Formats: sequence, C-alpha cells, structure tokens
Amino acid sequence: MELSEHIKTANVEDVTLRRPFHPALRGTLCVTSHHLLFSNRKDEASWQLLILLKNIDAIEKSVENLFGYPRAVGSSGTITIKCKDLLVLQLEIPGMEECLNIASSIEALSSLESVTEMYPFFYRPSHLTLLGPWGLSTTEQYYKQTERLWDRWRVSKVNSDYSVCPSYPSAVIVPREVDDDKLIRSARFRQGGRFPVLSYCHHSNGMVIMRSSQPLTGANKKRCKEDELLLQAVIDGSELGYIIDLRSAQQAQQARMTGGGFESKSCYRHWKRIHRHHERGKVVQESLIKLVEACSDLSHSVDRWLSKLENSKWLSHVHSALSTAGLVVECVERDGHSVLVHGSEGTDNTLLVSSLAQIILDPASRTVTGFLCLLEREWIQAGHPFQQRCAHSAYSHARLKQECPSFLLLLDCVWQVWRQFPLALEFSEALLLRLAQEVYASNYGTFLCNSEQERCAAGVKENTHCLFQSMLKPDIEEQYLNPLYEPTDLAIWPSVHPQSLQLWTGMFLRWTEYAQNMEEAREEVWSIVKEHRERV
Amino acid sequence: MEHIRTPKVENVHMIDRLTPRKSTVGTLYLSSTHTIFVENSEARKETWVLHSLVYNVERLPTNPSGSPLLIRCKNFHVYRLLIPQEKDCLDVLASLTRLSRPECYGELFCFSFNPNLDKELREKAWGFIDLKAEFSRMGIPSNLWHVTAANHEYRLCETYPSELFVPKSAFPAVIVGSAKFRSRGRLPVLSYFHRDTSASICRSSQPLSGFSARSTDDEQMLHAIMKSNPVSELMYVVDTRPKLNAMANRATGKGYENEDHYTNIKLQFVGIENIHVMRSSQQKLVDVGELPAPSMSDFLWGLENSGWLKHIKAVLDAGVFIAKAVAEDGVSVLVHCSDGWDRTAQACSLASVLLDPYYRTIKGLMVLIEKDWVSFGHKFSHRYAHLDGDPKEVSPVMDQFLECVWQLMQQFPCAFEFNERFLIQLHTHIYSCQYGNFIGNCQKERRDLRLQERTHSLWPHLWENRAEYTNPLYRTDHSQTQGVLKPLTTAYCFKFWKGMYGHADKSVASHQSPADCLNAVREESQQLEEELIAHQERLAQLKEKKTSGGRKKTNKLSERVRRPIPIESKLSSPLDYFTATRSEKHSPSFTLPLELAAPPKNGDPDDLSTCSDFESGVADLSSHSSSAGDDTKDPDSDEAVKSNT
Repeated sequence: MELSEHIKTANVEDVTLRRPFHPALRGTLCVTSHHLLFSNRKDEASWQLLILLKNIDAIEKSVENLFGYPRAVGSSGTITIKCKDLLVLQLEIPGMEECLNIASSIEALSSLESVTEMYPFFYRPSHLTLLGPWGLSTTEQYYKQTERLWDRWRVSKVNSDYSVCPSYPSAVIVPREVDDDKLIRSARFRQGGRFPVLSYCHHSNGMVIMRSSQPLTGANKKRCKEDELLLQAVIDGSELGYIIDLRSAQQAQQARMTGGGFESKSCYRHWKRIHRHHERGKVVQESLIKLVEACSDLSHSVDRWLSKLENSKWLSHVHSALSTAGLVVECVERDGHSVLVHGSEGTDNTLLVSSLAQIILDPASRTVTGFLCLLEREWIQAGHPFQQRCAHSAYSHARLKQECPSFLLLLDCVWQVWRQFPLALEFSEALLLRLAQEVYASNYGTFLCNSEQERCAAGVKENTHCLFQSMLKPDIEEQYLNPLYEPTDLAIWPSVHPQSLQLWTGMFLRWTEYAQNMEEAREEVWSIVKEHRERV
Repeated sequence: MEHIRTPKVENVHMIDRLTPRKSTVGTLYLSSTHTIFVENSEARKETWVLHSLVYNVERLPTNPSGSPLLIRCKNFHVYRLLIPQEKDCLDVLASLTRLSRPECYGELFCFSFNPNLDKELREKAWGFIDLKAEFSRMGIPSNLWHVTAANHEYRLCETYPSELFVPKSAFPAVIVGSAKFRSRGRLPVLSYFHRDTSASICRSSQPLSGFSARSTDDEQMLHAIMKSNPVSELMYVVDTRPKLNAMANRATGKGYENEDHYTNIKLQFVGIENIHVMRSSQQKLVDVGELPAPSMSDFLWGLENSGWLKHIKAVLDAGVFIAKAVAEDGVSVLVHCSDGWDRTAQACSLASVLLDPYYRTIKGLMVLIEKDWVSFGHKFSHRYAHLDGDPKEVSPVMDQFLECVWQLMQQFPCAFEFNERFLIQLHTHIYSCQYGNFIGNCQKERRDLRLQERTHSLWPHLWENRAEYTNPLYRTDHSQTQGVLKPLTTAYCFKFWKGMYGHADKSVASHQSPADCLNAVREESQQLEEELIAHQERLAQLKEKKTSGGRKKTNKLSERVRRPIPIESKLSSPLDYFTATRSEKHSPSFTLPLELAAPPKNGDPDDLSTCSDFESGVADLSSHSSSAGDDTKDPDSDEAVKSNT
C-alpha cells in the first residue's frame, strides 16, 4: 500500500488552529505522507506550522452531529493533536467528513512501522549530502584515540556478523588476554548474548566501567568458566571489582527462575556485588504518562500537584539513576576499583547508569562533541532499542508494548547535573531538548531501528542523514553551547538529596508561559557573555 | 556574662551529617554574644554562631563517645556537636538556652554591637530610608491625599506610625471615628498609591462590626478612599482571612464590612491562614529538611504534608488579586485581616512588588519593608522571638513574604535587581537582632527604646555591600523590569526554596552559581574596559615604547576565570551515594567563617567549608573579579563580628 493511499482528504480550507498561549489562527490544513502542514495565508506574512506525523502521539476527535445529520451545513469537528514532544494543538475543521478523514489519515500515517517508509529516508535537504560520514566515531576509532586502552585492551570483531550478539555493534572492546572463543562462550552465558564489554576507562587511574546483561545461571546455578575468566581479566590481578546489579537482591534471585541470575560470590570471588533497585519498562513509561498528565492540569491546588508529582515517581527514577551513577563513580574514582554494570537485558538502565557515570567522571564527555559521541557509543551502537522504546510518548492511548523513556530519563538526569554544575558542561539545555524531540520523531536516521544490525539491514547509513553530524556544524552548534562553560578535569559529584532534584521545567513545562521568561533570561546571559567576550 | 557556666570546652567534635569523615575536632568557646568553634586543624577554621540566631538547643542521649548537642538556628542552619564530658554538655546547654533567650531588650545583641561608626555616620545611617520621600515618589501628598497629624504622639493608634496619609476629604472627626471602629485603632490609611491609574492600596484592621454594629465614620472613611480615585465608582475590600475565620470573629464583636452598609464596596476573601497554622506548617517543612535519608517520595510527601507551598501560593494569590484590581481595573483596594499587621502587610507589600518596578530594586525593597512592615507596626520582636516570650506569638510572616518574592524571582529571572542572597541576608537580620531596625513591635516602642541612638541601622550596611546582592541579569531597560508583573500562580510554579531551607548538609548546597559567575564576568568586563582606557592613555603617553599590556591582560583574565571552577566542582562528597538509601544518623554542619583562609586550590572537598556559606564558591568568585587586590569578601561578615573577646 502506497503511503498516499492513506490520505483520504489532503486539503481542508478554513481550519482554525489553537495553540497554548497563542491567538487562534485560520488557514489551510494539508496532510502529506509524512507531515501535517498548516499555513495561514491570510496575513501578509504567511505563517506555517509543519509537524512530522511521527511526532503525533495521540489524536482525539470530537465531531458535532455525529449521529445527527451528517451533511448538515455548519457541522464541524475538532481534532486534538498531542505530540510526542508534549505540544498539544487543536484543529477545528469544517465539515464532519473531512474531519474524520483527516483524523484517520493521521492515525494511519503516524503509526507506520516499516523503517524504510519513515521520513528520514525521504529527507533530502539541499545543504546536506548523503556522502559525508555517518555517525561521529566507530569503536575502532574510539580505541585508536584512547591511548590508555592500548596496553590491556583490544578491539574484538567477534561480532562482525552480529551472530554472537545481535544487539551489539560489530566491534567491541574487551580485555586483551581474552580471545574470541572465550567471548563467544561468555556470550552464550549472558542474556541476548550481551557479554561484558568495556564502556569506559577512567583517565586518572585506568579503572574501567564494563557493561553486560545478566548471566544465565538459572535455577541450577550454572557456571561459565569463560565468563569468569573474562571478568577476572578485567580486574587483572587487583583484588577487587564491583558488580552493580540494577535490580534488588530479591529480583535477582527471582530472575533465576526464568533462566537469568546473578554472579554468585563463590564463582566470581574477586567481585563484590551491590544491588540497587531500578524500575524499568512499563513502570517508567507509566511514570512519564502520569507526570505529563499532572503537568497539563492547571487547576490543581499545590497539594494536589505535589501529590501527583510524587505519585508519578518520575523524580524517584531520576533520583535512583543519579544515585547509582554516583555509586559507580565512587567505586571507580574514589576507591579505585573497576565496575561491571548490568540489570537484566543490559539495554536500558545499564546504559543509563554507565553513561551518567561517564558524564560525572570524564570531562571529555561534557563537551558537545564528547556528549554526542557518548550517546552514539553508549546508546546507539550499544543497542538501545530506540524504535521499540520510543514508539509512543506520554499521550498515547495505545496499549503499552515495549515503550520506556530510558533515554528521556538520561536527558533529565543530565539536566539535573547541568543545573547543579551550570559551568561544567559545554552544552546547554537546548541540546537536551532537541535530543528529547529528535528521539521520538526526526528527520534524521540516527535514532531509527533497535540495533546496528537492523540499521545495516535497512540501509540507514546509506539513505539517511546523521543527526549528530548536522548538530555539530559550526553555525548550528552555537545554539547548543553553554555560555558559562568552564571546563574542569574533576569529577562533578551531583547531589542526590531529594531537595536538590527538581522537575525539568524546560522539558515538561515547555509549552507553557513559564518557559517564556526563562528564555529571556537565557538570552540575557548570552548577551552579557558576548559583551564580555568582545571586550576581551 | 553571668549566664556562661563554662566559657571553653576542648575536644569537641563538629559532626557533618552526611559525611562523618569530614567531622572536625576543635575547641568550643562561649562568649556573651556568640558560640565559637575553632578547629584544631592547621587552618584554625572558626565557626561563629550568634546567640540570638539560636532557635533551640537539644541534648541527645549520651553515648560512649560523648554527649551530642544539637543547635538549631532561626535561619535553619543546624550544628551537631559532640562534647566529651556530659557535665560540659549540660553546662553548654544551660548557658546557651539562657543566652539564646534574652529576657529584656537591653540584653539584645544590637545594644552591644559596635561596628566602629562615629556618631555622625550612625545618625546619617538612620536617615538612609526616608518614607516621606517614598510617598512623594508616589506623588503623595496630592490634591486628593494628605498627611494627617491625627496620630501625633500615637494618640489615635499606638501601633501605627505617627504620620498617616489619608484622603483629603476625610475630616478629622471621621478619622477618629473610623479608628474607634477598627480593632486596635488601626484605621484605613494609605499604603501605596498607583500613579498610572490613581487607584490606591489602603490598609487597616478588621472593623468592630460584630453581628450588627456599624459606624458612619468608618463608612465615610471608606467612601472618602473610594472617592479619592476619581476614575472608579467601586472599591474592593480584601479580607485576607479565610471567610470562616472572619465570620467567627463576628462573635467577638469584630468581623468584616457589611456590604449593605458601605456604598459601592465589594468584599473579597482571599483565605490566608492565621499565624498559628503558618508556624506549624513551617515547622513541618523544616522537619522535612532534617529527615536523615529521605527518599524522593518522603521528601515530596513531606513537602505536601507541610502545606507550606500552599500557603505561599495563598499569599501570592492575594498580592496578585490586589495588583490586578489596582492596575487593570483601576479600582482602589482596602486590605485588612484581623489586626492588620501580618497578612495585611504581606498582601500589601506583595501587591506593591508586583505593581511597581521600584520595589524590585535593592533600595526599593528596603523602602518597602520599612514602610509596610516596620512603620506599620508588624510585630517583629514577637513574631521572630527576639525575646523569651509567648511562643504562640511567633510566626514566619516575613519569611513568607520573602519567599513569595523569591518565587517571583524564579519566574522572572531578569526582573529583580537583587538576588537570592539579599533575601536570605534580610531574613537572617530580621532574626539576628544585630541591628536596631527590626527591634520592637511598632514605631512607638522603637522610639521609646531610643534605638536610633543606641543601635545601628542595617540598610546602609546592605547598601554598601550591594555588589554582593546584585542580580547580574537585571537591566533597567529589560521588558521584565517594566510595568506590572503578572506571575503565573499555577501550582507547579511553586518550588521548595533550597537556598533557605536546604541547609541540612553541605552537599545539598548549590554547587556552582551561574549568577555569581555572571557577576564576575560583568565586573571583569567593566574592569577590562577601564584597563583598556588606562592602557590607551598610557600608550598615548609612551608612544615610542611598545608595551604589550593589552595582551598580558588577556592572559591574566583567562587565569582568573579559570580559578574558581575546580574548587567548586568537588563540593559534595561521594559518600552521598552510599548513605542516600540508608538511614544512618549523621549530624549536619554549617559554618560561618570569621576569616577566610586562602582559597583552596586543589579541589579537596574538605577545604570547601572554609570558603562560603549558602552559595559555594561565593568568596572565590569575588576574588577573581577584582584586579585591584584580593578583597575576598566574607559573605557573613555581619555574624562574624570581631567586636568581642
């Protein structure tokens, strides 16, 4: 079925658009294969609103005269469009049939599942070329640039055909002394084949953060010699390493019943296991839904608001992610031990914690380029299933499948760090907001698919543009810079006391009046800094 | 001095709640005005706690390592001491308990505080704020408003200022009659006049209406006020109490205006709770801050349960209502509560802040506090427990006003000339009794105490240090600075004020302050400009010699800018993450530095305690902003007075 076949009514005139805190506008509404276009042609300066259909999370229609006289003059319908970036729009469409047609076209086109039909495969702006590099760096390049790895670590291509671990990239960094056969055996002992690989090597003491999925010890307490050797090789003679298990001890025990498990003390003698409970999957998605619901009701009393905020548990997730990342950093930086992080699948909270730890630890990941490289390495290449996790956002009424805002949670945590250390990050909130938007709906191919393997199969690299590359173009990058940036080499320990954590207003109150004044303040900061730079 | 049972205790531990390893050992001294803790370490770091800032002292059960003593301060700092001998602990407890509860005004710190100002300067300082000038700034007296001598020698109303502004059309008999019909004689008088609309904000106490009483004088008074706004045929009476409370007052012969008796008034209740509710709400809020290891839910639940932000919203809502009536509807407003010195002061002053950009400046806020709070008889000494007295009189009324201003600052980051530190400093001094401004409960009492001769004024002191209290984002020509502020009062706009209540442990303190950084940047810009000019002049003088001064400066600058950051960045301790989910009991720590040690260079978290109070890195930042010398400021130099010993 061609995309255009979904479009029953392409154009409607005299549509009224209502946005929060803006006067209503009349204009023409147009549905294309990938976009919803509203243009206000009456005014001299024509104004357009272009929304990616993929950005539409939910659509609600209310039609007058639904059961009355369908052809009655003056019948009209209202469509409420709720976007994944949390914007809510209303369209008043004259003509009931048109309204229903538009609504059903949007519904069909916004929930396309075939990757190659998605807009990034059609996005061809004149200023970008498909010939340029896709992505910022590869595992090999990262290894080459990181001299401290050369001695004890190597790049393994054991997964070059994605047969060992379908969700891993083709190349991973592992201890030099562990050969590929051992890796294959270790992979068989880990859920989804996600054997322990290097995530970060600390610049000051060479200690590392590894990540993996849970070991498949099962009820019979199976062992895997190679997996044990692999971890032994990680700590290489030093007497201790930490395994940060992102489940409670009880959950880890229960996981054995379904074939999963944890590293027992007797088999991994030099590793000390610490359990930290993290919510995952549906629970976190529901938190997001509740939070957004709480933010959009303006009639709340303060008590009711606080109660809803508490009830959403979103800030609790932020709190636990930052606390555990702090714990990892403490092990690495202060105690000088290597760490293995995993939960169950090792594709969500594991990545969240390991990348947050790097931001706290590593000044290189606090620059714009460094941060984007970190996301590429730790989320895109590491196989966070973006397509599944970000299929829907906070408004959708669809039954939850694999949705989980892990990436949004990361952005929120980074925002908390930025708020506590407004001088330490090279990028600003604008970058985080842009990423929060792009991850759900994008012109670019960066967040498509669930793994490198899938991206290869779909030809993402050949046929789409890379978001990160485009963000780093000098004229674009500037808008994401933090005017107050002053690099520091030290670890930036975020406070995880509950009163130090706040609602990310820039994100969750983005479309309210509240954001306006903040924007003015940001401009003011820029103008002071610019004025200063001119003098210098 | 006779209250000090033991002037010195050695080997005392100052315990840090979240990171016990950062606890320090030192000697505790008790002076007549301060508790001083001097560390045994090389730096000999000193912590000074003013007795009048002590809220309470609590002794916890003795354990094998000693007797723990908890000192809670009125500015929400908490110090945990461990004293080796139980007897010493009891002595310190008894001494501090007595010293922190002065029984008469003469014992207050302000009467012994001596900043070495000569007499002339002191007198001049007391004239720093001139309320007459403030009213004339509003355009008062005018053809409709004038000053009345009715309260000369406070014979009409003891708690009002001697000079009152009333409508010209109100005859003396009406004024006297109205005063008689109002609780404690607090008749309706002018608080703020809005030039643009010629609507006014007046204030009073509740009328003695009971169930049926009326006073034609009072009715005429209100009519005169309404008539003083030529544009409007209507007037609002804002009763800031919940309607139920107001109705209950009728049973005691008080109450509210009967709309049938007064011409063209519209009565509006805004529902701010009474001082007792507020007192217990704040206590709950403080308790939340003291939870040993709260989860996110504990915290949010505690915040909700305290009801504090709900009350803050109610106060701000009242201000918004009044400001809107005055600015948008052009209608005059009479504001009252029961006595007209707590909620009325809050509502009037907040409305003024919203209406008039002047009150959003440093000087303007001082004027506003002097006008709406000090002169109109807000009972400072009762509310802030300056003397040992009735605990039921104590209530955080001013705290709430300052917090409302802070909440507004969060919404309008560019609208205020002052910063958070200014508000916190004001808060501290309202409680500290170091200056005479807030001593006593009304103007008459202050006059009788001869405060102007015997104490010093806070305002010029703050004014001299205004650079420290300046918001770098403030610009007089910014759109947020202009006109009337229209804040959102949606529930999510109200935040927990961490800078005020978040002193439970050091790691909670804010890590890096963008405002300070900006201030430094700004100052530096100015300096560079000046230096540039100086260099240009020099260049002109020494045309032959080619100096490379300009270049050197750039290098120096980058050095300066770079300095403070590493220091701040390791502020919190990694131990947070271990304790975050356990429920260990640690004690908080906080320090008021007397002398600033050399700024720490290596980013060791332990060194940080020496450098500042609520905003970390404050002192460091100021040190790099000035090329004139290392005038590292001590942010708490007031508390850390060197006058004693």
